[in-house]
Amino acid sequence: MTKAADSGRIARRFAALARQGRGGLVTFTMAGDPDFATSRDILLGLPEAGADLVELGMPFSDPMADGPAIQAAGLRALKAGASMKTTLALAREFRAKDSETPLVLMGYYNPIYRYGVGRFLADAKAAGVDGLIVVDLPPEEDQELCLPALASGMNFIRLATPTTDDKRLPAVLRNTNGFVYYVSIMGITGTRSASDEHIRDAVSRLKRHTDLPVAVGFGINTPEQAAAVARTADAAVVGSALIARIAAGLDAAGRPRPDLARGALDFVRGLAVGVRGAREGTRP
Amino acid sequence: MTLNTYRGGPDEHGHFGIFGGRFVAETLMPLVLEVERAYNAAKDDPAFAAELARYHTHYVGRPSPLYLAERLTRHFKGAKIYFKRDELNHTGSHKINNCMGQILLAQRMGKQRIIAETGAGQHGVAAATVAALFGLPCVVYMGETDIARQQPNVFRMKLLGAEVVPVTSGTGTLKDAMNEALRDWVANVDTTYYLIGTVAGPHPYPAMVRDFQSIIGREVREQMQEAEGRLPDTLVACIGGGSNAIGLFHPFLDDPGVAMVGVEAAGEGIETGRHAASLNGGQPGVLHGNRTYLLQNEDGQIADAHSISAGLDYPGIGPEHAWLHDSGRVTYVSATDQEALTAFQLCARIEGIIPALEPAHALAHVGKIAGGLPKDHIIVMNLCGRGDKDIFTVAQILGTKL
Repeated sequence: MTKAADSGRIARRFAALARQGRGGLVTFTMAGDPDFATSRDILLGLPEAGADLVELGMPFSDPMADGPAIQAAGLRALKAGASMKTTLALAREFRAKDSETPLVLMGYYNPIYRYGVGRFLADAKAAGVDGLIVVDLPPEEDQELCLPALASGMNFIRLATPTTDDKRLPAVLRNTNGFVYYVSIMGITGTRSASDEHIRDAVSRLKRHTDLPVAVGFGINTPEQAAAVARTADAAVVGSALIARIAAGLDAAGRPRPDLARGALDFVRGLAVGVRGAREGTRP
Repeated sequence: MTLNTYRGGPDEHGHFGIFGGRFVAETLMPLVLEVERAYNAAKDDPAFAAELARYHTHYVGRPSPLYLAERLTRHFKGAKIYFKRDELNHTGSHKINNCMGQILLAQRMGKQRIIAETGAGQHGVAAATVAALFGLPCVVYMGETDIARQQPNVFRMKLLGAEVVPVTSGTGTLKDAMNEALRDWVANVDTTYYLIGTVAGPHPYPAMVRDFQSIIGREVREQMQEAEGRLPDTLVACIGGGSNAIGLFHPFLDDPGVAMVGVEAAGEGIETGRHAASLNGGQPGVLHGNRTYLLQNEDGQIADAHSISAGLDYPGIGPEHAWLHDSGRVTYVSATDQEALTAFQLCARIEGIIPALEPAHALAHVGKIAGGLPKDHIIVMNLCGRGDKDIFTVAQILGTKL
């Protein structure tokens, strides 16, 4: 199989962050949560609010690695009519507005499998998507999507966890590019937080095995936590906490209040300030 | 293509044809591999087999009888109908066969905490039972819809010392209970053993649970030899996840003269969309760690299953059944709520056995075929559970206030 070139956006962004001497901010929102229009307003505002890389969730009815906040976001989106088609439409709109911020789709395999792997990769690439994170595809299932994705020029980002020991890491890092997403806790999204020390050790362990940038996520809720992570990792990922902001912007009937998107983006601005100030005074 | 054997699966990656596999989050993957290593070692250890056999004999009450249902045979005026009486096991269903094996494995692995999912509560009760027997804390995840319709089993689990956690996410049934159990496992991988109740989940679970349940079919082979001096002609079993069915079928898969029928729950009718028949009304997809037939929409979102029987109310099916379906070795049919209810009442009155609503689906199918078969045709139906747990559900439908 000949390999198509990837977009290069993820590598360029991390290189730029390294030049600036700072860690990046990665945000996660669910496509279509709480509805298409509000989700678009948030998504399109993220780069200006300070997100360096954007993860967009593909809603799934049975997200078994996610905590209550992201589960609820997916169900809200599905109830409002979200589908793979509308998710890809959001990606297209994002790319039409922003040509450089990396966009990564994240979710579970079944909706991709039903859509058809070949068709999905072609449509996602055409929409301007740079990479994929698929939670329930470990290296043991690489032939499903990982290898076709890499061949089509799509970055395939792998999750590494505290249970991924040194013996297993090479297998996890074999067919991957873009960056490595370190899941800093054993558990589902949005529940616990890891200690600074654990994250520092984990990042240096990963760096012994790979030259790829390392983003750390799960349990990062505040600008202070994001800053602490960005001090040692190449980027901090914030998902559940941002989604909780979105949920807090719904009225009693579950409809978005007019200021929902602004509130969510203000929260991202706060995180970005934290991340950008993280290494001040700590570098020579 | 005719295979040399239908009993060789899965391959080393847990695949039955295109089905099965290990579609789990990275956090779980090392543990799933650890379970596989531990199970492979246990499988080859005579001491493990001996200990399991001892518990089967003295605790579970195996072998379960193979019973010729003479009045039912006369009633249908056709094939000779045998029941494999797995409802007589300790805890009232076949679920204990698997739990006994897995608890011994958990012991070998040094795990200190057991988690399980349950639909009808039969697996939850069996898991709580073996956890009590070995003095391990046990948490059972159960959908709140199922908790409401299976109160006696909820109370049983609590009596056995288990914590029953109501699951409100999704539709509050078995699939959501399984999601929640997987979430617990991700958070507690070091201490916890996930005792999956059916032939689903990531490899090695579908193969391991099948192996533990295959004692059903192995006993039937021997007992039928003794009773009739030959193999049966047709095997019939109900299918939710499919553990009792694969347990009966697997030892006979390479006997071409033995026909096999799996009976899915058609709920209110497959044409209504309100059913739990993954093979007859679903498409291949990936859920709970394996690829199999699933009830889902065109966007890959998992649909709700519907059945009068909480134990069949699952939108998927074990991957080996998906493969046996596609290869044509086993025939998969369905029976509706109403047909199961009629069979349930018939069995009680004519044989003095109140079956669970799950095997009542199998019996409904036996009733459809027995009359058209010759008198020397031998059917074995797996009577995999007793109906005590279902009397409240049935009373409600029949308009009787208890």
